[in-house]
Amino acid sequence: MENLERILSEHPFFAGLDESFVKLACGCAKNVRMEAGQFVFHEGEAADQFYLIREGRVALQISAPGRGASTFLTLGRGEVFGVNWLVPPYRWVYDAKALELTRAIAMDATCLRNKCEADHDLGYDIMKRLMPVLIERLHTTRLQFLDLYGSHV
Amino acid sequence: MVPMSEAADFQRAQPMVPRIAHVRRRRHDAPDVWTLELELTDGAHFDYAPGQFNMLTAFGVGEAAISVSGDPAAGPLIHTIRAVGPVSRALTQLGPGEPIGVRGPFGAGWPMAQAEGRDVVVVAGGLGLAPLRPALYRLLGERARYGKVTLLFGARRPEDILFRHEVESWRARFDIDVDVTVDHAGSDWRGHVGVVTTLISRLEIEPAKSIAMVCGPEVMMRFVALALMDKGIGEGAIYLSMERNMKCAIGHCGHCQLGPTFICRDGPVFTFARLRPLLTVKEL
Repeated sequence: MENLERILSEHPFFAGLDESFVKLACGCAKNVRMEAGQFVFHEGEAADQFYLIREGRVALQISAPGRGASTFLTLGRGEVFGVNWLVPPYRWVYDAKALELTRAIAMDATCLRNKCEADHDLGYDIMKRLMPVLIERLHTTRLQFLDLYGSHV
Repeated sequence: MVPMSEAADFQRAQPMVPRIAHVRRRRHDAPDVWTLELELTDGAHFDYAPGQFNMLTAFGVGEAAISVSGDPAAGPLIHTIRAVGPVSRALTQLGPGEPIGVRGPFGAGWPMAQAEGRDVVVVAGGLGLAPLRPALYRLLGERARYGKVTLLFGARRPEDILFRHEVESWRARFDIDVDVTVDHAGSDWRGHVGVVTTLISRLEIEPAKSIAMVCGPEVMMRFVALALMDKGIGEGAIYLSMERNMKCAIGHCGHCQLGPTFICRDGPVFTFARLRPLLTVKEL
């Protein structure tokens, strides 16, 4: 457990988090390993985990009929994915697939939600870490939507 | 064979008169994008600095400002052009042996002298890699003069990656870090997906000794510059190459005016410190 606490506190998402909060959050965490090509989760399934990537790369994809799977974001070391754990209906809205051997910390969503609910200071601290990620993803999605590169001469 | 100085003197004396060149080779680089190798008919060498541009004439159609995309140290004069309007479309359709008008080179190029001894971050978006390629040739050709060199390149889709084989060869080198990302990709793409700013947040640099050269669509450059500043690079060390409607290329016609500056004469490369107040003015 001590090892997991260290790993968790060293991950950029949790870096600087109060030690007592790290201990609390650690109770929801486990190390996971995904092989290259392995799906971490599929669209429509219950969003029951939150992932902090330690090593490797993960692609977030949406499939459309006749077009196959389309990757809209890739994530790597130090980044997080699976933020759907936070708000109802706690369901994945895309697929996540490991592009290479990936090691991550998986946080049990129900466990983490309960701890955030029981300790609002922890909940607020986690929210402060999650919001910049969400806002950055929204911003980059807007830039992707603008299809910037096509019109440049 | 005309001596180089004589040809340059001619251009300086008569900047509105195009020199005649012919297309030596034409290569399809990406959808709507072609690269032309040109040779001046008088056989003169074409001397230019990385980041400068020429006004290219498609005879009977018109003239357009196009950055030089070749190696300033060697080889033929090279331009990479996207077919988006009548002139650029006509230029990209010129085949080997066909004539083309060349006025230039014009403008201030990339800050190669200021970059010496510093780490260099090159950020390109889409066709923006073309004006940056001469700078990359210089950086790699005189590698010992510079610190860590990084190229971050964003394209719309994998098939839009410009100079693909060359980018792959740069990626294989040990003396430059290359990261490529695309906005949209199928499941067979193994690289990064996401806008180029996402690569900047992952960048490991020493901001105080870094300089950045950025070229791409204006919106992309704005956000890239801000992301570079978030990494600690000063706005005076971030250089952007601007694209505006350049007509005369010598600061007379005013078509490319951006606030108090003329892109053709004062640029196209400017620091973000100089451009920042202008880029957020909607009417400019």
